[in-house]
Amino acid sequence: MSEATDVPKEIMVRGFRLMVLGRTADERGVNLQRQGRIGFYVPMNGQEAAQVGCGLALEEKDWIVPAYREIGVALSRGIPLKTLFDQFYGNSSDVLKGRQMPCHYGYRDYRYVTASSPVGTQIILAAGLAQASVYRGEKVVSVPFFGDGATSSSDFHAGMNFAGVYNLPVLFFCQNNGWAISLPREKQTRSSSLAEKAEAYGFRGVQVDGNDFSAVYKVVRDARAQALAGKGPTLIEAVTFRMGPHSTSDDPTRYRKQETVASWKAKDPIEHLREQLLAKGWITEEGIEQVQEEAKREVQSAIDAAEKAPPPEPTTLFDDVFRDRPKLLEEQRSEFMELLKEGVLRP
Amino acid sequence: MTDITLIQGVNQALKVAMAKDPDVVVLGEDVGVNGGVFRATDGLYKEFGEKRVLDTPLSENGIIGMAIGMALQGLKPVAEIQFMDFIYPAFDQIVSEAAKFRYRSGGEFPAHVVIRTPYGGGIKGGLYHSQSTEQLFTSTPGLKVVIPSTPADAKGLLLSAIFDEDPVIFLEPKRIYRTSTGEVPEGDVRVPFGKARTVKEGADVSVFAYGAMVPQSLQAANVVEKMGIHAEVIDLRTLVPLDVDAIVASVEKTGRAVIVHEAPKFSGFGAELSATISERCLYSLKAPVLRVTGYDTPFPYALENLYLPSVDRIARGIERTASTS
Repeated sequence: MSEATDVPKEIMVRGFRLMVLGRTADERGVNLQRQGRIGFYVPMNGQEAAQVGCGLALEEKDWIVPAYREIGVALSRGIPLKTLFDQFYGNSSDVLKGRQMPCHYGYRDYRYVTASSPVGTQIILAAGLAQASVYRGEKVVSVPFFGDGATSSSDFHAGMNFAGVYNLPVLFFCQNNGWAISLPREKQTRSSSLAEKAEAYGFRGVQVDGNDFSAVYKVVRDARAQALAGKGPTLIEAVTFRMGPHSTSDDPTRYRKQETVASWKAKDPIEHLREQLLAKGWITEEGIEQVQEEAKREVQSAIDAAEKAPPPEPTTLFDDVFRDRPKLLEEQRSEFMELLKEGVLRP
Repeated sequence: MTDITLIQGVNQALKVAMAKDPDVVVLGEDVGVNGGVFRATDGLYKEFGEKRVLDTPLSENGIIGMAIGMALQGLKPVAEIQFMDFIYPAFDQIVSEAAKFRYRSGGEFPAHVVIRTPYGGGIKGGLYHSQSTEQLFTSTPGLKVVIPSTPADAKGLLLSAIFDEDPVIFLEPKRIYRTSTGEVPEGDVRVPFGKARTVKEGADVSVFAYGAMVPQSLQAANVVEKMGIHAEVIDLRTLVPLDVDAIVASVEKTGRAVIVHEAPKFSGFGAELSATISERCLYSLKAPVLRVTGYDTPFPYALENLYLPSVDRIARGIERTASTS
């Protein structure tokens, strides 16, 4: 791994700010669920460097094809916190119109594809997006985000294989966070690393310290440059750790030891970057405090705004199934409206 | 105009669409150099090149996932699954991704893919080259399900499918790929979705069918005609969206309905049709709605002819329904 100083100051400081913002939002997300104010949450706590490092290494026009644990990537792409919290609340301002559980968001303006829950399906979608970019002559990459568990899925295989065969500009960004709910990485595959799987598909696989912001940033920049030079895809395995539960419905004390968690706590990615920035003199203690305070304020104001918005209009239930409502759906919508009017259905 | 076959209708639709719109691309197993195992994509590779006609690895989830990914950028991919019996590895992509993309994204990401696949029996294909599982797709909100039975409809409905903005499952009755022949209009002439076709008018019994069961039902109607029973045969053409008005109008006229499909009876699409008729036409009915379908067994090999609704079995069904009072 090369020296952290290779990454420009501006990127490092921005990365720090986004990582702090991401963690702050994430912790509030979990708390909101615990308080019953939102229905669900998928924390990324511990994976900030991997997500923001990758996110900032990409260009605005690159396609992001996320799973449901990528708030660090979403913030790096510039998606406003308010937009994300509207989605967590599933309110009338939510672009997704309250259609999905929290964390399954996406926005065309940001080239951030709407996530689904099945694990791995997005990996092959990224190959299709890349194929379309090549067809249109656009110099961009597609980046599917997934975890160690997804490397066992058939769509991981399909995505890797198709991207290899067609030599597509895809950066397969795997956050190996050690756990697929309760299954540890070593029980997911006999392979000694996840990165080495790339070899069988005929392209590069790179393992990187996922808790080292600048290392991730550089690996992604490099893979991106190679992909756009026509040198094909790269599988990047960012080794990190999921500090929290799989989701707010999960209790990790059932399957993993506190010592393991503690040992990773010592490798905290934000702490690591903070020390680097202080050592370089690129940020001061006061500056750090300011970043933290700002993050808290920003998150609070996003929550305040999202909480004020009413739920989606009931009849939006019937929108966007198809471009136009077919006759039968139109009929159901009319019956539904009748039931609302009669008070049989109460919003 | 000269007569062409149903599969030539498919081929013409692809050629017309690709010539008209550079966003139309074709992908699937053996669709390129080989022109497809049934030759549906014959000549496309030569005419439009490898960038628009992709020979894919042998991976159905890969084909459909690629197609959806391309559609997210606004391309109009037409994916071929070699046999409907092999579509299941892609079921997750179809049901979890294609069908739900527009809805789950609040309209941000429509995924307008066309998935063409030969379906149905009658070719001695056994368990895995014969099935009709249209009901798996008709019961998934967000998918349109289209089944032509003539060359003109194959061409016109496929053109509509390609330029539609929703995902379309396009089921091709392979048994009549080459036996269904007829004239087809030149150029980009589309057949709209949601409009059933009256194949034969009649006042006594309504027969609802689609795909390869349309010519079978027509033959059966001709058989019962000799007994003085005038059956009306309606080709549904699109199961989603369904032409409920045509169904209701016909049953209100005849008071009797026979539904014909190859798929097993239990939970088949005929159940939906039967429920629709009972909900909307109960007071017009003079006889119970009858379903003539495949049996509730896996698709057989040696006994295929006994399994599939034959002309005689359909004729018997019509006769029975006509004589019930």
